[in-house]
Amino acid sequence: MEIIDNGIRPDHQVIFDMIEPGARVLDLGCGTGDLLHLLAGAKDARVQGIELDEKAIYECVKKGLSVCQSDIESGLAEYPDGSFDYVVLNQSLQEIKKVSFLLREALRVGEKVIVGFPNFAHIDARFCLFFGGKAPMTPSLPNRWHDTPNVRFLSIADFRSFCAEKGFAVEKACFLNGRKTITFWPNLRALNSIFLLSLTKALS
Amino acid sequence: MEALLKTETESTETAPEGCTRSLGIVETQYYTFAEPPEALKLESGETLGPVTLAYETYGTLSRERSNAILVLHALSGDAHAAGFHRGEEAPGWWDAMIGPGKPFDTDRYFVICSNVIGGCMGSTGPSSLDPRTGKPYGAEFPFITIADMVHAQRHLIDFLGIERLLCVAGGSMGGMQALQWVASYPERVRSAIPVATALKHSPQQIAFNEVGRQSIMADPAWREGNYYETGQPERGLSVARMIGHITFMSDRSMEAKFSRKLKKGKLNFNFDADFEVEGYLRYRGANFVKRFDANSYLYITKAMDYFDLSGGKLINGRAVDTRFLVISFQSDWLYPAYQSQEIVRQLKLKQVDATYCELKSTYGHDAFLVELEGQTTLIHHFLEKTYLGERNGNGNHR
Repeated sequence: MEIIDNGIRPDHQVIFDMIEPGARVLDLGCGTGDLLHLLAGAKDARVQGIELDEKAIYECVKKGLSVCQSDIESGLAEYPDGSFDYVVLNQSLQEIKKVSFLLREALRVGEKVIVGFPNFAHIDARFCLFFGGKAPMTPSLPNRWHDTPNVRFLSIADFRSFCAEKGFAVEKACFLNGRKTITFWPNLRALNSIFLLSLTKALS
Repeated sequence: MEALLKTETESTETAPEGCTRSLGIVETQYYTFAEPPEALKLESGETLGPVTLAYETYGTLSRERSNAILVLHALSGDAHAAGFHRGEEAPGWWDAMIGPGKPFDTDRYFVICSNVIGGCMGSTGPSSLDPRTGKPYGAEFPFITIADMVHAQRHLIDFLGIERLLCVAGGSMGGMQALQWVASYPERVRSAIPVATALKHSPQQIAFNEVGRQSIMADPAWREGNYYETGQPERGLSVARMIGHITFMSDRSMEAKFSRKLKKGKLNFNFDADFEVEGYLRYRGANFVKRFDANSYLYITKAMDYFDLSGGKLINGRAVDTRFLVISFQSDWLYPAYQSQEIVRQLKLKQVDATYCELKSTYGHDAFLVELEGQTTLIHHFLEKTYLGERNGNGNHR
């Protein structure tokens, strides 16, 4: 993923901006902990990570972060309701089998849930499929059909209707193409999207 | 007091990256307390006194007394965790982890290793003299628990003038003691590192301990525990240790170490040790009886089996700001990863700051003593974060 001038990934910057100072944050699939490190340092957030990869956990601990080794789908079970202000599920939704269950769990454990995923309906992906007749590969979907970890192939429009159907309120949504924020026709033009969800309707 | 806290390590320089130095020569010290009528009250309702604890210290206690780490040993361990005793070739049992520039960095931390009551390595146990009779306690020694061991250690920590430990750490039974420290004295423990341990023994773990105990008690030399004039039940104790060693290894580590290699290159067609694995177990058993007391083995394994901090007893009552680093090992079937995950589950339930990692290893339960790379990284950085957080007056977990 592209790094912008201040060294922060654009999607991390969007998530960073969604979270208020001092918040309690759980990052599901926190990787090497860059986002949590940023939040702990610059937002004084109380952070906790969940990550499966041993080497990534070492990197987190080197950054002074607390991380529990677990897969994403079973990592939430023991947390009491409302343990966190935010549960982050960035760039791993498309790898989850029990999507609906996991998001409900995340909204139980966290007051709000931030979900980031690659948009399968980006125009490049549509071109790949329509004209090339091949499984799409884009900057946000970089893997070939046989080595992708993704098991869910969803678009921004898909996710919106999913949220409506499940009763998840979309408080905010941000769409990215590299470092650019996309406002018009995001389902066609955005490579990545980040949603802020809650169970209560946002006041707007 | 100052003289007492001073250890043989004088150096306070920081080791260059990747370079570690040895602690050099160290000595075991002894602290005696709980003289009757102030005897130590035990969980069983009985009392024990006077009580002596053997311990060693490495590094220097800071002026604020905020850099003390208590390291706790496993079933057959002792207070000699690091450095060398004069005239001995082998260093302490966790020397790879404790010393200048090592994860438990003695340039920065004051590391204490305490022996346990019930043991036979300089602390009061069944082989100690009962002041009432002038003879060894033997089977008259009261039953002790992990909580009693920790209670005794708290007296030592009080004596050393330490209000709050930066960390309690240990593997196997040492991990049980670390957990018990948090359960008994949460406000006195800033962080805990339980390694390859459990909140309670499973029936399988109790079963292996019971076979070890039966082996000792079936040896006629045991004499109901009163063998101190006639010699200890060496056969029984060595078989108990052999069983232990099998449970400490893994199928893969045994295959790698022994395979079916023969000691003499051919089968003997008798009951001598044909295979190298047999020779190894016999050697380990024979060595063990030279340094360990059979009654201590009985009492300490019983204490391990009684230990049970499951069901919310680890973090009882109010919120605890102790940070945790929980470590397990992939091939450890004696203390399987699910038991460490159960510790983590309890911590999540109480929203306690926790880091957990199951390290890749083929060494089985022995991994906590030999699988150093992952432990080094995790413990070094975890302690550093805890220490700097404490120094900055940041008690909140993060």
